[in-house]
Amino acid sequence: MKLRRALRSVPGHVVLIALAVLQLFPIALVFINSFKTSLEVAADPLSLPHSLDFSNFTTAWTYGHFGTGFINSFLLVGTTIVIVLVCAFLAGYVLAGKKIRTWSLVTMYFLAAVTIPIWLFLFPLYFEYSKLHLLNSPVAVAFIVAAINLPLAVFLMRSFFLKIPPALEEAAIVDGAGIGSLLWRVMLPIVSPGLVTVAILVGLFAWNEYLITSTFLNNPGSYTATLGYLTMNGTFTNQQGIMMAGAVILILPVLVIFIAVQRFFIDGLVNGATKG
Amino acid sequence: MPTARARRIRWPGKYYLLIAPALLLSAAVVLVPGILTAVAAFTNWNGISLHVKWVGFSNFATIFDDPVFRTAIANNIRWAALFLTIPVALGLGTGLLLLSRPRTRTLYQVLFLIPYVLAPVTNAILWLNIIYDPVSGLWAWLQGHGLVGQVPLGDSHVVLYAVASVDMWHFWGFLMVVYLAALRQTPQDQVEAAKVDGASTFGVFRHIYLPNIMPTLLLMFVMEAIFSFLSFDYIHLMTDGGPANASQVLSTYAYNFAFSEYEFGIAAAVSLIMSFFGLIMGAVYAFLSRRELAS
Repeated sequence: MKLRRALRSVPGHVVLIALAVLQLFPIALVFINSFKTSLEVAADPLSLPHSLDFSNFTTAWTYGHFGTGFINSFLLVGTTIVIVLVCAFLAGYVLAGKKIRTWSLVTMYFLAAVTIPIWLFLFPLYFEYSKLHLLNSPVAVAFIVAAINLPLAVFLMRSFFLKIPPALEEAAIVDGAGIGSLLWRVMLPIVSPGLVTVAILVGLFAWNEYLITSTFLNNPGSYTATLGYLTMNGTFTNQQGIMMAGAVILILPVLVIFIAVQRFFIDGLVNGATKG
Repeated sequence: MPTARARRIRWPGKYYLLIAPALLLSAAVVLVPGILTAVAAFTNWNGISLHVKWVGFSNFATIFDDPVFRTAIANNIRWAALFLTIPVALGLGTGLLLLSRPRTRTLYQVLFLIPYVLAPVTNAILWLNIIYDPVSGLWAWLQGHGLVGQVPLGDSHVVLYAVASVDMWHFWGFLMVVYLAALRQTPQDQVEAAKVDGASTFGVFRHIYLPNIMPTLLLMFVMEAIFSFLSFDYIHLMTDGGPANASQVLSTYAYNFAFSEYEFGIAAAVSLIMSFFGLIMGAVYAFLSRRELAS
């Protein structure tokens, strides 16, 4: 009986394993080829490297300008997270508690904003940024990335505030709490798992952002890590080993962080996708 | 209710201050420039100076006369057709398989999601180089062994599908995660009752799971339809619309007008056309979910 059940699940596992291989095979190719010379890659991209030679990595680090790139990426991502957390925490509290008379109008606006395409505001925004001399500043560009991710974050925070029983707020007010200490001492600790989820989700989206960063950051000194890597693509097209080493530098940290926080990330994705 | 009323008016002025940062940020970045786009589409704006002239519908006339625009629209429709079928089938199929595998579920979810969490730049460059490169990629190596034909990025008949494959490879894991979460929320007593009544595996799916996940399926369908008309990253990174405009879509078409030809007026007109579809779908969706939010 047990054996029959085990046998019945075999075809399903074959499909799942095949799909896992499909998802991971290109990434595995990146890792094995990052240790090979360009000749070895061209001869056989599937062969394993002969030795663990890290010279491709040092070359990629220099020519991909990863030193500057990572600093700019941290600036962009850090600023985006702070802006989104502050705005979404406050807005989520107000909208969940229906604190203002126009709450339904504001909710509808953010709901529509979830699907408003970047294309609808990209070109005039570029003009404004160039006139205000804000191009090439990762911190200034973070405001755009934050605004794009804001609706999703507001709805996630709103759903965390909705779980708090109103009696708790009443009790705090009866005890004499002002609005500041109510938010800071009572609400903030309760919704902190929500803030972590939003920070992880928005942080990853900001790290991976391409359309806004590539349009608004035109100066090599302002490039994020991914944009710096992109400049290698023309120069090192025939140097596959070095290109793959650069890709590993970008892939590895994201992979490690994703696996460490996957539970938060997946919860956030699901709730963001269905409540946003 | 007196308590609800009391809560609402406790600090009326301060509540507006709390919502202000979110609204101001969104208004400055999204709303005001969005309105400007709607105006710019009817001008000859070059994106550099503010010397603009009202040109009426002539930007739209220019676009509709352009054969590249028709290619782009057709490609967006193909793109939508691909994204509304292949990732949906993969996501739903694997979601159902993982539903009955609680112990390996987390592991598979993480593995399937890995391409989704990597940056489009990394994904596009890795496929461009290690798979599609005509000299040293895997495709060229397989071609050398007589296993496959020409490298697809140079072939105008298949280039769009070659790029869409990479985007779908990156995307479908997300759908699987969302579908699986919806499947898991199906009340188990309904599933058990159907099994006791002798329903087949397919019958349980058709009559119990499918109605329960229908709202999620529909929502994802609307989202995918919208975003198929806005897709940009992978096409811009891998082909930039080439060869000879064969993989041009509305987004790359608009982008090139703005930043290669400084025709911001025409680019804004293309943006309006792209957004129009999404705005309608978004409005319909907001209207449909209005009741749920009010509760």
